[in-house]
Amino acid sequence: MRYLPLTADDRAEMMARIGIASVDALFADIPKDKREGELPDLPRAKGELEVERQLARLAAKNVPAGSVPFFVGAGAYRHHVPASVDHLIQRSEFLTSYTPYQPEIAQGTLQYLFEFQTQVAELTGMEVANASMYDGSTAAAEAVLMAHRVTRRRKAVLAGNLHPHYRATIETVSRYADDAVAALAPVPAGGEDLLSAIDESVSCIVVQSPDVFGNLVDLKPIAAKAHAAGALLIAVFTEVVSLGLVEPPGAQGADIVVGEGQSIGNALNFGGPYVGLFATRPKFIRQMPGRLAGETVDAEGRRGFVLTLSTREQHIRREKATSNICTNSGLCALAFTIHMSLLGRTGLTRLARLNHASACDLAERLAAVPGVEVLNATFFNEFTIRVPGKAADVIERLAQKGVLGGVPYSRLAPKAGLDDLILVAATETTTEDDRAAYAAALKEVLA
Amino acid sequence: MNREGRGATAPTAGTAAQAPATFTGNRGLDLEEGLIFEIGRSEVTGVDIPEPPDFRARLGGLERKVAPDLPGLSEPEAMRHYVRLSRMNYGIDSGLFPLGSCTMKHNPRLNEKMARLAGFADIHPLQPVSTVQGALAVMTELSRYLLELTGMAAVALPPKAGAHGELCGMMAIKAAHLAADQGHRHVVVVPESAHGTNPATAASIGYEVRAIPARADGTVDVEAVKAALSPEVAALMLTNPNTCGLFEPDVVKIAAAVHEAGAYFYADGANFNAILGKVRIGDLGVDAMHINLHKTFSTPHGGGGPGAGPVVLSPALAPFAPVPCVVEHGGALTLVEDEGAAGAEAALGRMSAFHGQMGMFVRALAWMLSHGADGMRQASEDAVLSANYVRASLNDLMSVPFPDRPAMHEALFDDTWLAGTGISTLDVAKALIDEGYHPMTVYFPLVVHGAMLIEPTESESKASLDLFIATLRDLALAAKAGDTARFLGAPYYAPRRRLDETRAARAPVLRWLKSAPLGAAAE
Repeated sequence: MRYLPLTADDRAEMMARIGIASVDALFADIPKDKREGELPDLPRAKGELEVERQLARLAAKNVPAGSVPFFVGAGAYRHHVPASVDHLIQRSEFLTSYTPYQPEIAQGTLQYLFEFQTQVAELTGMEVANASMYDGSTAAAEAVLMAHRVTRRRKAVLAGNLHPHYRATIETVSRYADDAVAALAPVPAGGEDLLSAIDESVSCIVVQSPDVFGNLVDLKPIAAKAHAAGALLIAVFTEVVSLGLVEPPGAQGADIVVGEGQSIGNALNFGGPYVGLFATRPKFIRQMPGRLAGETVDAEGRRGFVLTLSTREQHIRREKATSNICTNSGLCALAFTIHMSLLGRTGLTRLARLNHASACDLAERLAAVPGVEVLNATFFNEFTIRVPGKAADVIERLAQKGVLGGVPYSRLAPKAGLDDLILVAATETTTEDDRAAYAAALKEVLA
Repeated sequence: MNREGRGATAPTAGTAAQAPATFTGNRGLDLEEGLIFEIGRSEVTGVDIPEPPDFRARLGGLERKVAPDLPGLSEPEAMRHYVRLSRMNYGIDSGLFPLGSCTMKHNPRLNEKMARLAGFADIHPLQPVSTVQGALAVMTELSRYLLELTGMAAVALPPKAGAHGELCGMMAIKAAHLAADQGHRHVVVVPESAHGTNPATAASIGYEVRAIPARADGTVDVEAVKAALSPEVAALMLTNPNTCGLFEPDVVKIAAAVHEAGAYFYADGANFNAILGKVRIGDLGVDAMHINLHKTFSTPHGGGGPGAGPVVLSPALAPFAPVPCVVEHGGALTLVEDEGAAGAEAALGRMSAFHGQMGMFVRALAWMLSHGADGMRQASEDAVLSANYVRASLNDLMSVPFPDRPAMHEALFDDTWLAGTGISTLDVAKALIDEGYHPMTVYFPLVVHGAMLIEPTESESKASLDLFIATLRDLALAAKAGDTARFLGAPYYAPRRRLDETRAARAPVLRWLKSAPLGAAAE
């Protein structure tokens, strides 16, 4: 077996040193009647060529986004990732390293985490960010738990236009922690009344912008009302590229900002692994979940980085920890950091403008299709159309024509009674031909 | 080639002199590197993106007013920056990485290649299911392997790492109790030797944690479990093989006692690598166990993630598995995404936005296909053999707290052998860095003093193990001979000497700030 270096002779010598005649002696503590005699009922070892063939056959049964006109978003977005990003994250010293518990030989990881934290703080307009969470949805759930710790209240209000899967993620952990959640009803065209939902019983209000339908939300009045009631504003985004063009939540008074970072540096990967972004204000640092890289000096006075404030964390604090998170999204955070370093302010701004322009063009084309209505007054790179009939059927028929035309809202929230809405995303990867093909296919499907 | 007319050279006495300081701070191939905020410039970009023609914003007046202060790097600068950073890191590919409880085994590059196939990497979680049948087949096949290896009834794929898997399993347990009108059960029993994530997970969903001590031989006492059980207990969380590197010999009796008390048995699967193909945890009475794909099934640790933590469930807990899950329907695979939908009537809910760590599923499946049933069992046997070989080769110089039982895939030492030397476990770890090794896990588990937990995994050759053993023997003899300088100042040869963690925590500097440039930030 190509991954196992020990030979039969090696094993025999090692057993002799230990003083056993058979390796089974080492498993003596497993109750005899429970030990597996036969091998598990699974195929035997295979060579690299054979494994590659088998998996390539399965891969070929999927339709890659890059092979068709592609407009699917709703929390994960197809962007172009520079070739150097994937090359760099596969450097052995990054790929095969562990969480940087031994900082003297993990400065590479610690320094990029420090760079990552700074980039996330800059993007969101906040002062501090952690070293990543699993993804945007779990970061949102952690933000709610943190708000409960900060305010010592246990009721979260969720905007109706929060991504339904983010809502469900928050509701799940809240249900088992016996915390209250008040989720408002969706308002697809935007303009939700969030202010009247905030009172002094509320720990936090969770608001997504751009929201799940693509609308931009002015967070400033919500922040003001929340703060007057002693509550926190948790701002959520699922498309981090929007922060290149849209006023960041930090400049609008948010207390905690969480979001999905997949768009920068990371492939679609059928939903994971992704990278959750988590930023907040300095006064809340000690209530933050997750790892933090911090600057310090070594014994010779040279600048270096360490994991810090770990008294918040599970391996020190156990049942009193701020979160149970241990492994996070290190390598995805590295991909994010490298891609963002390549972009810089100039590249990110251009990327955001190109995304917005692509979506604006698509919205105009789709609005011209008979029977189609674009609901949004504002949006970044994703918007919502209303179609005659069931959105899920339209998407299926578009797929048969070779166009992946977006996400039926009913797939995200089957019980919402909003069966005629499609969330449509366009990015820099969408060509003019793609957009024209979508409009033409939609016209045919609806004819 | 221009050799400047120079003949071959050989070192002389002069070239062997004491190394002087360098102007740059670099030491040959050991290169210093600034932060991107010090080397990048905001007008530079390494990505050529066109300006859209006729740009008209539809942002409703919510345009960003101040562009983010993000420096850019051209591609050559970015390559050099991150390559230099990578060289300050130690990975499995650099050398032996005996980090106990973390299973730092070889990461096959085939698995990286497979995960990057466009059919896996470039598909969206919300594409029509008719366009992702191959992805759903990967999830189904991975599930089949995990169920066969564990003898369990169901597997939940969504959890994104081990701790997330623990949360999944414990929520399933809580859901099962609620469904059976047992919601008053509010206590979870956790041995003192457990990973910190266990009590943290239980507490995060409102459970009170009741700790039980370990026996003198490092295992959990059935009687201690029984004494801690009561009608208020919801579950026992137990790592098996345990964190002392031992298989719990009374696990079947412990499971029976837990079930008799109306509670569930959660197993922490961090140490699954010791028992692949040797025993099925379903046969031991386990109700739920997470499996760290980034440990046992070799998906790369990546400097702290991403991981993946699928949870296998007993028949009693299977109905409560979270959404989404894959089901077969009329010859095609489909996803059940909504709690309460057919096939997920009792689902505990949703744990994250999408379906789990697909990129890790492909890698783990590639590892399983490569090893096969025979290779997986051999891997576990080699991992256990290697750990016992290390222990047997060091037990005359270093103290083994629980010598009476065979170790499983990791060998535990305490710091008794360092008594009177003035050298601590941490010092030994740092001295190992100078010898070119990543240290073992130190000060965990908490139940032995100055713990050193060594997990060599199945990936090391005998020559590699022998050199590691010889190195530790040399260090042990040096410690006992009073050569404290080799330890107390270590590491001498790493990219950094020991770092001041107290200072980092007292006045945290968690980001770069323009107003506090190089060196001044931490003052």
